[in-house]
Amino acid sequence: MKTVVATEKVRKKRTRFGEVMHRLSKNKGAMAGLAIIAILVLIAVFADVLFDYENQVIAMNISDRLQGPSWEHPFGTDEKGRDMFIRILYGSRYSLAIGAVAVLIALAAGMVLGAVAGYYGGAIEEIIMRVTDIFASVPYMLMAIVVISVLGSSTLNLMIAVGVTSIPAFVRITRASVLTVRNQEYLEAAKAIGRTNKAIILFHILPNCLSPIIVQVTLRIASAIISASGLSFLGLGVPKPSPEWGSLLSAGRGFIRDSGYLTLFPGLVIMITVMAFNLLGDGLRDALDPKLKERKGG
Amino acid sequence: MYRYTLKRLLMIIPVIIGVSLIIFVAMDLAPGNAVDYLAPEDATEEDLKLLEQQLGLDQPLLIRYVKYMGGLVQGDLGVSYISNQDVMGTYMDRLPNTIALAAASIVVAVGLSIPLGIISAVHNGSIRDNLAMVFALLGLSMPNFWVGLLLIIYLSNGLGWFPSGGFNDGLLSLVLPAITAGTGFMAVITRTTRSSMLDVLNQDYLRTARAKGVNEKTVVKKHALKNALIPIITISGTQLGALLGGSVLTETVFSWPGVGRLIIDSVNSRDTPMVTGSIIMTTIIISLLLLAVDLLYAVVDPRLRSRYGAKGR
Repeated sequence: MKTVVATEKVRKKRTRFGEVMHRLSKNKGAMAGLAIIAILVLIAVFADVLFDYENQVIAMNISDRLQGPSWEHPFGTDEKGRDMFIRILYGSRYSLAIGAVAVLIALAAGMVLGAVAGYYGGAIEEIIMRVTDIFASVPYMLMAIVVISVLGSSTLNLMIAVGVTSIPAFVRITRASVLTVRNQEYLEAAKAIGRTNKAIILFHILPNCLSPIIVQVTLRIASAIISASGLSFLGLGVPKPSPEWGSLLSAGRGFIRDSGYLTLFPGLVIMITVMAFNLLGDGLRDALDPKLKERKGG
Repeated sequence: MYRYTLKRLLMIIPVIIGVSLIIFVAMDLAPGNAVDYLAPEDATEEDLKLLEQQLGLDQPLLIRYVKYMGGLVQGDLGVSYISNQDVMGTYMDRLPNTIALAAASIVVAVGLSIPLGIISAVHNGSIRDNLAMVFALLGLSMPNFWVGLLLIIYLSNGLGWFPSGGFNDGLLSLVLPAITAGTGFMAVITRTTRSSMLDVLNQDYLRTARAKGVNEKTVVKKHALKNALIPIITISGTQLGALLGGSVLTETVFSWPGVGRLIIDSVNSRDTPMVTGSIIMTTIIISLLLLAVDLLYAVVDPRLRSRYGAKGR
């Protein structure tokens, strides 16, 4: 009985954030995803400290070319004799940055447009939503290809192209969230004390509809990494010799018959990274909306 | 219902105008133009100007766009700058290949994922459920072009079971591209089926059916699945739409001569009429497909027929 009372007290003391983090920490999949992401982020941040870019990542060593996986080169070497393990680890810097920045671009534009559409309604909402519909009606890969053809191939432009194609998703989800809180009493109170529309959107509406947006950010980083690697695979992404994962796959494709490992390992790393973000995203969704988890039977 | 359908069809018009404007302007802003692609290396300044005139590229963007839209209203998508062939004809030549790939992918995806989702939901929390969910998570996390490359390495180069590209071997040529394009969708549909079935399986009417002595297989197949179908149809329809417009990577990996390859080749050669026309056609097809999916709800769920009627009025 005492234990029950104590648990109740702890539960009452926890803030909403604490409650979410507590639920998240109980989800093994989400924690595994978070751990993988943390390791990859650390590798990406300290890539320059861990590896010598000039000598280990891009310098050619023709005498070691196309060697299969071994203790010396766990992921083998490429056609220029470069260690694939080092190149893939260094490539995390590009792929994670592209995923994160692309989603930040989409988030910034999508949240503003979605919040304005949801809050003001009327003609403004109609215009924003119809333009969003037009952008969303073109398959995202085709739209991204067109955007890159306008901007040219570079790492930044790849981020912009992937980001632009993700904007409609954030506009729709933000607008839908804003609509659920638009008529709440605390907004009337904010208006009554004379707060401006901008302040109401920024400080009252958006903080109260963050849950679905946070989940969407995590899941979108996963799909942005896949999209960016796909565009690089088509030769529209990060220029050579940078070891972005999609470019590595594209380069490996030329040696698919005899050196399949050049294709296997970069794809495996993309898969693990994307899976980590998906696990974390799913975990966050369950933690932020436990009722949904009950409905899903998870 | 008819009014609703008509309203939805009319809504496609502003989308076509918007898409054509975006793509036309974007292609104009892109560095270089079709003249760079067509002109021989030793072309003089005069040759380049003449070629530009022949293609109509010397005219202002607005004039070119208005002319293009004038043709579009009459169903004319223009003529390719590069091949000098009718855009609609070229698109229609490629479309059957893309439809074949999309249809085969969706058959693979739906055929495997619905049973998997049902098993997963019926045995919720069991090892089978966990395995199905791990499988779905893997499918969701693998880049499909990588899956294609692995299939080529192991099933084509390794075992020699399937061709590694092209489509000269009939149905055999379709197997690996269909699995490649279908993997991600399989994952999405499995998750949707599981979640939708779980929603339905605990409903009172199923308890009643069980209480009346209906066996579990019939409960699941006849009573639960039919009521869980709407989200599954929605997701399958949107995935089919994505396949029709977005199989660029699968088509590239398998040298599949579909619409995706046509668009990317045309973007690279700055063939504005071909890019704009192909993307407009793809957008129309996807919009019609999504409308068909919406109308299909009414077939599956008679309650929705009256709602569509109300919307149309």
